[in-house]
Order: sequence, then structure tokens, then C-alpha cells
Amino acid sequence: MAYSSKVIDHYENPRNVGSLPKDDPNVGTGLVGAPECGDVMKLQVKINPGTGVIDDAKFKTFGCGSAIASSSLATEWLKGKTVDEALAIKNTDIVTELSLPPVKIHCSVLAEDAIKAAISDYRKKHQSTTTSKSAEEKAQPSA
Amino acid sequence: MAIKLPIYMDYHATTPADPRVVEAMMPYFTEHFGNAASRNHPFGWEAEEAVDKARKQVADLIGANAKEIVFTSGATESDNLAIKGVAEMYREKGNHIITAVTEHKAVIDTCKRLEKGGYRVTYLPVQKDGLIDLDELRAAITDKTILITIMTANNEIGVIQPITRIGVIAKERGVLFHTDAVQAAGKVPFNVNDLKVDMASISAHKMYGPKGVGALYVRRRNPRVLLAAIIDGGGHERGMRSGTLNVTGIVGFGKAAELCMQEMASESERLRKLRDRLNERLHKGLDEIYINGSMEHRLPHNLNISFAYVEGESLLMGINEVAVSSGSACTSASLEPSYVLKALGAGDDLAHSSIRFGLGRFSTEEEVDYVAEKLTQVVTRLREMSPLYELAKEGVDLSTMQWEVH
Repeated sequence: MAYSSKVIDHYENPRNVGSLPKDDPNVGTGLVGAPECGDVMKLQVKINPGTGVIDDAKFKTFGCGSAIASSSLATEWLKGKTVDEALAIKNTDIVTELSLPPVKIHCSVLAEDAIKAAISDYRKKHQSTTTSKSAEEKAQPSA
Repeated sequence: MAIKLPIYMDYHATTPADPRVVEAMMPYFTEHFGNAASRNHPFGWEAEEAVDKARKQVADLIGANAKEIVFTSGATESDNLAIKGVAEMYREKGNHIITAVTEHKAVIDTCKRLEKGGYRVTYLPVQKDGLIDLDELRAAITDKTILITIMTANNEIGVIQPITRIGVIAKERGVLFHTDAVQAAGKVPFNVNDLKVDMASISAHKMYGPKGVGALYVRRRNPRVLLAAIIDGGGHERGMRSGTLNVTGIVGFGKAAELCMQEMASESERLRKLRDRLNERLHKGLDEIYINGSMEHRLPHNLNISFAYVEGESLLMGINEVAVSSGSACTSASLEPSYVLKALGAGDDLAHSSIRFGLGRFSTEEEVDYVAEKLTQVVTRLREMSPLYELAKEGVDLSTMQWEVH
């Protein structure tokens, strides 16, 4: 399969690989996918509780090159966005940016799910102040 | 010396034709172009003579009589001919066929088609090491069983089934035994009489011959196997496979078989050493890597390893100057992980993380060292960005986690 140059670039030079302290109240963690399906993404955001802006984003991904690129791109896009702007990111935006072929669309869906899961986790931690938005919550894989 | 890239390490998929094979074939494209079925002029005689010689060369490789070799377009056709041919010919005797879950698709899908036509098929499971359980085979045989078809060596994990013992069981119960010997013939000793097989599929392009030609060995004595043809026409190959013979390809096949016979002993020993070197180097550089299938009952040139916490396609992307295969879903047309690895019961995650290495005649030590080193680097890099590796290092048992399966 031929990869787009952007997928190759993200695969070879992934942005924002790493982990944020998951117990930090300002950090939201999303862990989506399953090992038996061949892809798992962990995406974390650090949100400034005062401004609601994402100060930092990190990811780790088990998956194909397109899955790695989708999550790498997502973290790049997340930084500097408000929570609401982040939630507006659609998987189709990722598909377009990375020129993903149809068989790789699920990678972009997973990245969108990871964003939503991370923000949902952050909101859970701040439930007292953001109860109105808790409807967005998504089930979290748990240990 | 600089290593030549890309490196080919996918010899189970196909092999390059040996230059000596190509040389033998050349005159049969132009000078000796006759139809082997033309009985009344020298062009036909020359072609027939060349085919006879090749038939003998192929027969010698597997300990058969030349009359027992039916040339086909390749092993997929050979498998189809053996299974469908027996199914139709012995329909009155019974309608039950036994095979295994790790067989090649040419066997599995042929059996599935027969099931639609009223045949009954038992797909034997395999044990963790990839071998079938002979007691389960014995228990599966009924008075309606007409055929057992079990491959000699598996194309993904290289595991060699106990063919002689299967042959003995089949004989005791009066059931015909076919084996897909594509990966084994020409690589390890394979003798149809020692192994007690009644039919065997082989292919030229897996043994340094040309693509598009294969053969089915069909036993003529004790018992004489009868097959219904699946291709109708001029009655070539004693009525079992009509169609003008691919004389050039058959000549190449014969030469390839002859070379394999001459070089098998030294070649397999050389490749075993290279394979073990690759295995040792990978184990030295990486933890948590798992060999799929029995190491004891295995082709000397095969290695199939799962690199835990790393997905196969991303691994292939990191070693894109090395040609190998993965059992990952992302690398298959079906988007399903390897059914062979799944059958070993190791878990789908390890199937997604697997790489198949196939060494061959033109593999070198430098290539092995290059691949081992490159792979160690890439696996290490990908593990650093793997959430599964991180969780495992934190002491989380991944198998007990609840995942959101999508």
C-alpha cells in the first residue's frame, strides 16, 4: 500500500509522543480501540481550567502507520484550541489532511473518539463546574 | 561492502527463478516452440521429449514415477484438482473430507465450495505449536470419509505436520491422503512413498522455477487414485488435466526440481544457520518477542515472530526496504488478522504483531544482520510510542483490561 507523504512524515517524525500525568486534575486521558482489533490510541490533553484552552497534548498509539499519523496530527491540532473547538474536529478533517484511503478511515474515527474520550475524562474530573456538558461522556476502557 | 536494498526475505510468497532455470527455458520460447501434443512432426516430438525429461526430474525430486506427475498451472489448481477430483470420483463411497484450519486457502475454499454441494468437511483444529492432534484425526474418520487433505509445511509458520503418521492412519482406514507440499518440496526431504501420500501438490515458483506451472502427484499403485477432471478439453495429462502443456514453464520446473534435489542438503543447512542467526539476534536485541509455531517441526528457512505491543503494518513501514510479510489485519485484503496465527490460540493481538521471515537461496548473512538490527531499532522506537507497552511496563495485565471493541 502506498502511503501519502503526510502519513509517512507523521510516522517518521511523530509529534507529541509521550504521556502526561493522568492523575493531574487538568489532564484528560482517552484510551480507545482494542489490541485484538489491531489499534489502540491513548490521547491526553492538558487543559487550562481558567481559559478552557488546551495547553498540551500527547499521544501513544499501537496501530498501523495511518493510526499513528491520525493521532499525531490530532495532538498537533489540539494544542491551543478551546475544548469546544477541539470537540468540533471531525474524523473527515483528518482523512482529508492525511489523504487516507477508504480502508484507513477507521483510523481517523479512532482519533476523533480519542479526542472526545480525553475531553470527557477531563470534564469528569471537573464535573462540579461543567455538569451541563457531561452528556458528551463516552465510556472509558478501564483496568 | 554496501548491502543491496531492498532485501527480499519473503521466499514463502515466491522465489526468483534461478538463472540456470531461465537458461534451460530460453530455447523453448523460440527454437523449440512445438506443442507437446503434436504427434506427427519433429517440433512436437522435441517438445514432448522436453516435457518427458522435466516430468522425470520433478518425479525424482519427490520419489515418484514420471507417470504419476500431472502438470497444472500451479498448486492452487493442483489442490482444486485433487480435492474436487476425488470428491466427484468417490462420491458413491462417501461425502466426507477431513482437513485442518491452518490449510492454505486453495484447500479451505475448495472444501467450502464442496460443502455447498452437499459434502461434509471436518476442519481439524491445531495445537499451540501448529500441529494437528492425530487422535482427533483418527476420531474424525467415518465410513463416509473419502479424503484427508493436510498440508506438509505451513506457508505462514513453516510448521511441518506429521505426514508419515497421517499417511499410515489414512491407509489403515482406506482413505485417500492428499498433501499440499508447496512449501516443503525441494526444501526438505519429501518422498511420496516414505510419507505414504496418495496425492501431493507442488509449485515451480516456490522452488526457484517460473510462475504459472505446478504439478499434482497422483499415485498409480497401492492404491491407484482416480480423479475426475475439473478442466475438460483435449484429454492431456492422461485425461486428468486438459490444456496445451506449458512446455517452457515445465522445462523450467524440471530444471528447478533437479537443482533443488542436488542442493537441498547444503542449502537447507545453510539456511537453517541463517534463520537461527536471525532468531538469536532478534532475541538478543528485544524482549517479549514470541515465535509462532513449533521450532522443532519447522522448515529450516522459516521464522514467524510476534513482536508484542507493536502492530505489524507499522513495523513493515519502518523496515520498508525489507520485503517480509505480516499477519496483521491491516496488511491483508480481508482486514482480518492471520487465521493461521489465530488458530494457534495465541490471541489476535499477537497475530497483529507478527512478521513472517522466509529465507532462501540468495539470502546472505549480511542481509540477516541488517534485518535483525533494523528491526530491533524499529520495534524499540514503536514500543516507545505504544500505549500497550507503557501499560504492560506499569504492570497492567492487558488481557484482563476491558477494551471498547470496535
